[in-house]
Amino acid sequence: MNTMASLSMPFAAGLRRLFGNRAMLFGAIILAIVILAALLAPWVAPYAPNKLSIINKLKPPSMTNFFGTDEFGRDIFSRAIFAGRISLLVSLGVVVISTVLGVILGVAAGFFRSLDAPISRLLDAMMSFPDILLAIALVAALGPSLTTVILALGITYAPRLARIVRGSTLVLRELPYIEAAVAMGLPTWQILARHVLLNLASPILVQATFVFASAMLAEASLSFLGVGVSTDMPTWGTMLASGREYMNNAPWLMVFPGLAIVFSVLSLQLLGDGLRDLVDPRLAKES
Amino acid sequence: MARIAQALLKRLGGMAIVLALVVTVVFIIVRVTPGDPAAVMLGSDATPADIAQLREKMGLDAPLLLQYGQFVLGILQGDLGQSIFLNQPVTTALAARAEPTFFLTLFSILIAVGIALPVGILSAVKRGTIFDQIVVTLTMVAASVPSFWLGLILIQVFAVGQGWFPASGYGGPETPFFERLHHLVLPAVALGVVNSALITRFTRAAMLDVLGDDYVRTARAKGAGEGRVILKHALKNAMIPIITVIGLSVAMLVAGAVVTETVFGLPGVGNLVVSAVLRRDYPVIQGALLVVAAIYVLINFIVDMLYILVDPRVRL
Repeated sequence: MNTMASLSMPFAAGLRRLFGNRAMLFGAIILAIVILAALLAPWVAPYAPNKLSIINKLKPPSMTNFFGTDEFGRDIFSRAIFAGRISLLVSLGVVVISTVLGVILGVAAGFFRSLDAPISRLLDAMMSFPDILLAIALVAALGPSLTTVILALGITYAPRLARIVRGSTLVLRELPYIEAAVAMGLPTWQILARHVLLNLASPILVQATFVFASAMLAEASLSFLGVGVSTDMPTWGTMLASGREYMNNAPWLMVFPGLAIVFSVLSLQLLGDGLRDLVDPRLAKES
Repeated sequence: MARIAQALLKRLGGMAIVLALVVTVVFIIVRVTPGDPAAVMLGSDATPADIAQLREKMGLDAPLLLQYGQFVLGILQGDLGQSIFLNQPVTTALAARAEPTFFLTLFSILIAVGIALPVGILSAVKRGTIFDQIVVTLTMVAASVPSFWLGLILIQVFAVGQGWFPASGYGGPETPFFERLHHLVLPAVALGVVNSALITRFTRAAMLDVLGDDYVRTARAKGAGEGRVILKHALKNAMIPIITVIGLSVAMLVAGAVVTETVFGLPGVGNLVVSAVLRRDYPVIQGALLVVAAIYVLINFIVDMLYILVDPRVRL
């Protein structure tokens, strides 16, 4: 059982694998930079994100404004750093909600045979909706705000996690030590908490990384469409939406927020791929 | 033959259950609106009489179970309700915008598969070479690019810069068909290229899986040409996961189309949904969700049926 092998893998061996996988290391470094920049935004960003300077409008990248300025003379570099905060916050919230919902539904479907069919069909139905479309509909119903965007995307991505958790739980349920625990009369909650959930940590971690990446892309799309987070703070999506009008004369308005999305999502994809290889070395041989 | 009929019936039953759940989920989504959906739709200037009238028109004044019954009955009769702002049936609004979305999705999937199949196969065959490493890197990058951003770059380079393609719009019904399709080249490339990443990775992995199998080795040992070994023996057996991921990609393409249509100003279903969200036109959102999800369920069913054709073991 690969999940258990990965959990019992000594920490040093895990680190060796991390440093042996250059792509994963690259992803981890980029992600660390994005997270640090977002956390330390007030200190890292040279200007306040909404500081207007009309005389400096649409200035190309320079030593004073690394990524240039927008139509109101605001510093794109500073805005991109602050936008990372919203993007990370939304994505993290989505991961938490989808993981909690996914684990509850997945474990219930995988462990309790009578619940498997109804939950699995519900997951099938939920997964029939394209992610952005379902999120848009939920945001429309709940009203656009930071919380509703997180909730909408969390609900949208929960079935993906639930599927993985269900599959792993089905395998775990048949293992001799779980059967022994059941035979010994251990309370179900104890079996689930001690033996099932603990062994689900690895597949959940891998899938959560991919959900993180998808949530980041989805949040950017919703913001770009004008149906996402409505705050005074910039998001990469809103920066691209407002920069569109000026892209003929000031292409940097499009380039840098877009690159911020690409690098952040890429770092998560690399990290997720590396984690998956770590959890299941058979897959590493194929990549 | 009896087994095929049995498998078909089983899958039809599964599809019916999923469709019933899809209808229920769509019904619930609009009802979770905090407060009165009619009041939200009409905005703050609406009078209580206007709100009451809209509630009655949308059937929101009836008990919930009755509303659900009427909703299901309407769907069975092909009635998805009335758009409040367009003042026309939702089915008419959707049908009027189906053409650009249909062709955009079709061209995107053709581009995605057209790139993914040969590149994925070649990458697996040439595993470990520089070509393979470039493919693996590029697919990873492509999967990280938002299709709307790629669309904006394509507009800048090929529409504004070179003038080869229109930057936006689709043309009216009077515009010749091929000229309308000309408007779809850039959006289809934007969507297709981004979605080819996933299919390429799956094709490569599926091919790697089968290339080491005994029957491939046997075919080679019997002196079969490399092309025949790859295309007839390996690819045929790798098709199941590839077909699955192509089916899954359709849902992703439709999601991508919502945003891409907005970037390119295409009057498709995606654009209709976005403007419906901005105007809180719930019947349109509800109808579009339902139709798109139903199409996805149908595609999944077709994919399931293809399994039976491709792999006789599935019939068992």
